[in-house]
Amino acid sequence: MNDRIRKLRKLSVETEPSLSIERALHETAFYKENYGRYSIPVLRALTFLDHCRKKTIYLGEGELIVGERGPAPKVVPTFPELTCHSADDFQVLNSREMQRYKISAEEIATYKAEVIPYWQGRTQRERIFNHVRQEWKAAYESGLFTEFMEQRAPGHTALDGKIYRKGMIDFKREIAENLANLDYLNDKEATDKAEQWKAMDIACDAAIVFAERHAALAEELAGKENDPVRAAELEKIAQVCRQVPANAPRTFWEAIQMYWFVHLGTITELNGWDAMNPGHFDQHLTPFYEKEIAEGTLTREQAKELLCCFWIKVNNHPAPPKVGITAKESGTYNDFTNINIGGVKSDGADGVSEVSYIMLEVIEELHILQPGNSAHISILTPEKFLRAAIGVIRQGHGYPSVFNADIYIAEMLRQGKSLNDAREGGCSGCIEVGAFGKEAYLLTGYLNVPKILEITLNNGIDPVTGKVAGIKTGDQDTFTSYEILYAAFLRQLHFVVDQKMRVSNYIDRMFAKYSPAPFLSVVIDDCIARGKDYYDGGPRYNTNYIQCCGLGTVTDSFAAIKKHVYEDKRFSLERLLKAVKDNFAGEEAMRQTIINKTPFFGNDDEYADSIAVDVYNDLVKEIDGKPNIKPDGKYHLNMLSTTCHVYFGKVLGATPNGRLAGKSISDGTSPSHGADTHGPSSVIKSLSKLDQVKSGGSLLNQRFLPGLLKKEEDMKKLGHLIRSYFTLGGHHIQFNIVDTATLLTAQACPEDYKDLLVRMAGYSDYFNDMNVDLQQEIIERTENDGF
Amino acid sequence: MASENTSDNFIARLSGHGLVFDVKRYAINDGPGIRVALFFKGCNLCCAWCHNPEGIGGGIEKMYSAAKCIGCGTCVSVCPSDALTLSANRISTDFNRCTICGKCADVCPTKAFEMSGKIMSVSELMEIIEKERVFIDQSGGGVTFSGGEPLLQPEILIEALDECGKRGIHRAIDTSGFVKTETILEVAKHTDLFLYDLKLMDSSLHEQWTGVGNELILSNLRAIALAGSEIIIRIPFIGGVNDDGENIRKTAAFIASLPGNRKEVHLLPYHAIAQHKYAKLGKPEEFTALEEPDSETLNSAVGIFNEYDINTQVGG
Repeated sequence: MNDRIRKLRKLSVETEPSLSIERALHETAFYKENYGRYSIPVLRALTFLDHCRKKTIYLGEGELIVGERGPAPKVVPTFPELTCHSADDFQVLNSREMQRYKISAEEIATYKAEVIPYWQGRTQRERIFNHVRQEWKAAYESGLFTEFMEQRAPGHTALDGKIYRKGMIDFKREIAENLANLDYLNDKEATDKAEQWKAMDIACDAAIVFAERHAALAEELAGKENDPVRAAELEKIAQVCRQVPANAPRTFWEAIQMYWFVHLGTITELNGWDAMNPGHFDQHLTPFYEKEIAEGTLTREQAKELLCCFWIKVNNHPAPPKVGITAKESGTYNDFTNINIGGVKSDGADGVSEVSYIMLEVIEELHILQPGNSAHISILTPEKFLRAAIGVIRQGHGYPSVFNADIYIAEMLRQGKSLNDAREGGCSGCIEVGAFGKEAYLLTGYLNVPKILEITLNNGIDPVTGKVAGIKTGDQDTFTSYEILYAAFLRQLHFVVDQKMRVSNYIDRMFAKYSPAPFLSVVIDDCIARGKDYYDGGPRYNTNYIQCCGLGTVTDSFAAIKKHVYEDKRFSLERLLKAVKDNFAGEEAMRQTIINKTPFFGNDDEYADSIAVDVYNDLVKEIDGKPNIKPDGKYHLNMLSTTCHVYFGKVLGATPNGRLAGKSISDGTSPSHGADTHGPSSVIKSLSKLDQVKSGGSLLNQRFLPGLLKKEEDMKKLGHLIRSYFTLGGHHIQFNIVDTATLLTAQACPEDYKDLLVRMAGYSDYFNDMNVDLQQEIIERTENDGF
Repeated sequence: MASENTSDNFIARLSGHGLVFDVKRYAINDGPGIRVALFFKGCNLCCAWCHNPEGIGGGIEKMYSAAKCIGCGTCVSVCPSDALTLSANRISTDFNRCTICGKCADVCPTKAFEMSGKIMSVSELMEIIEKERVFIDQSGGGVTFSGGEPLLQPEILIEALDECGKRGIHRAIDTSGFVKTETILEVAKHTDLFLYDLKLMDSSLHEQWTGVGNELILSNLRAIALAGSEIIIRIPFIGGVNDDGENIRKTAAFIASLPGNRKEVHLLPYHAIAQHKYAKLGKPEEFTALEEPDSETLNSAVGIFNEYDINTQVGG
């Protein structure tokens, strides 16, 4: 790490996140002045342009890649048009211990005077909550599911290679051609299309203006700069910012800056979930790298330095903070940009290049929270690359996670993508698959599957709140057999999913109508060709995902009931459910029997695994392939929990698998905490029994203590473990390489362990930025120690 | 104790079955690749550093973990021979009455009582091995028969080795070598690799620390080397027991003198991890706390082996 990178990294890591009200002020003023003068898409684009013209821009000392969403690094704007923070929200954000966002009293006062009054009654969130039915609210409030889109814009987007071949001027030309050819006589949607295209055209201008302002600032700084080396760099920055994003990039540097401007544009226009992703960034940069290396205009070191600058830029952008109940769901600064490294190319060839290896070095050396990154392994991936990735994993940073490219391509083919589009796709956010640059694959929210069992066992009542949360599917004395109980569970599942989909569909339309994303639409095929917004069926593929949580917990609960109640008749259902209701008070022996004498998921045991397969297949049956609101759009499921399993556990009473009330449920497709007692290969065998191709991503966390990766030989064996899982059809696996002592010490002396990164459910976080519940979970997760 | 066959090995009478006390999947320290390690019960040595004391006795044994016990007394009520007493939330066993029937372990909610030793047929063993097949195939792994001393159950061992051989699964045997020469030579015909333990070169010290002298062990090692077996020498490396330069030098010289392919050495540093196991067996007094070797001594031992041109690694 050179001096420049050290300084930039230090600034990025040590600057505490804060909030900026600048965007909200610009937007509010613009809306006040202009609402009603333009169509909504054009209004959105003009608001974006206005902000790009006026926003404070930043060009920091030593920077090579430039641009910030806020006025400075780690400063996050707000998006009042979607969900408007109250003064109280800001106080909480400013004073809470974890994931704090600083904001001054003065700014809060200004917000209260200028921003809040205008947006009251006009936010997307209010539109949603004013609409929903009582049944939905009851289910939502009891924690049967969450709703992603009530706080942030539906996002989940990654780019393909088009922005390295075309600049904004090229996109503007395409838009202009479409506008010129509009057929107002025969095309019933002509008027709407025209507005969309006008909006997209304005959004292109906004990006160009934003870059031009950086070019001008760089020139100005160059004029004042005493150091001739830095002055030359600033001149170069000015040149780069005049080339991109207006035109296609010509060099490695320009290519990175091109992506960065597009990234900033999309996350400034709206606060879409999971920020933005460059997709297969190494593959996109490789042609530039190889050309310049051959010509002698770039060295490997320079390329690495530029990538470091880019990496730090992403780290400068903490997630926009949420309000209300969902603040509990996902407590992290991470905004889930996930760089895909390796994998396969769209022609089916191996995608690993020298740039892939440089990226792994960057990850290892920088050791920062963002961006997330993942190693993509196909049958063609060289062993050398897998080993290099394991080398980084061994450092205990939690990164990279490992994906099976062959399987996720199959997942996308099954969803109906073309072979090329599937291969150009990958995984973004945590583990979810999508056709990069061509798909809106929106996460709509998490489903609390163990909670569905809980209301089933209570005839539709949530025992935690005592309120009705589901439908009546029978009192417990009607459950005279396991099959009858399971059938009741399926009826509750159907009801809950149905509620969720109805509201998600409504929200989809609200975004299409009130918060279109013209800039994002420019870079996602086929929005320009169709004259449709990203939220309105413009993309080639349109998926709504429901993320199902707690497979391990629900499987183990069913296994416990099936074995001890119906088969061994060790306890009556009545007694078991009474114990569950009482959080096993006075029934510790029963709880221990369940924990120790039930076949649980994750041990390659057919008894439990077959239940997991049943539940999984029924989730697929309930969700997969249902139409969403867009033409040809479908719902699919994935098995992701991020940190929501902690929230879902909090709203869940004790469960029949012996889990106590309030404890987190199992994450992703991982076994319940402590349930897997036969080592990682057994866990893998259990998970491989799920037909993972039917989901848009499953998730397996494995914690390894460093002792398991001491020798070269051990790393090779970990590689074999990964390859074995992938041979069996696994989608994703990730490793926490830490030891319990370290974690306990880190809990006790947080200041000494500021850089301790831990892998959790699909992403990495700083251990000390996690709340105590998450920390505890990490500590408790089964340790696969090997003596 | 110091006989070549344990007299209490009642399993020998059960043809086609073996007594196994542990099955470890994703075993990565017991031979090449990812392996299944099968731990056969019964050993005719009693090494002071043994970290699998539950593997020494040749019969099924009962283990009790006071830490896990919640004092519910369920076991007391089911014990057919009234061998259990509950007091102060702890169970004590009268071993004069206990028949090792295992009913206490069956009902114990917390696994505070567990039976060590399970009678298993070859087909049961193969079923477990096959579950791990994909990892074995992917990694060039296999099965390691360990213990206890697997060679004390030669019939079942050979049967299992043969079955693995038929299925193309690599076979390793982890042995102390203190068995009849004809037995080890017979087993060698069905084995791909020996992980052969060498502890001490001085026979009287060997006897002091393990209960038996080392003559048979050394001659058996030479015999299988002569027979052309693949061998990795494993040395449990224990501070103050066998880590002195003299012992290491003698060991290295002996290994260098063996016929056949050049042997590889794995030094296994001692960890004081097994104390709780002795307590669980009701034999806390049999645990001997020994020194964990320091890295300097380890490095110097590696250096000595290197002088003899013996490829040496630390860890299995």
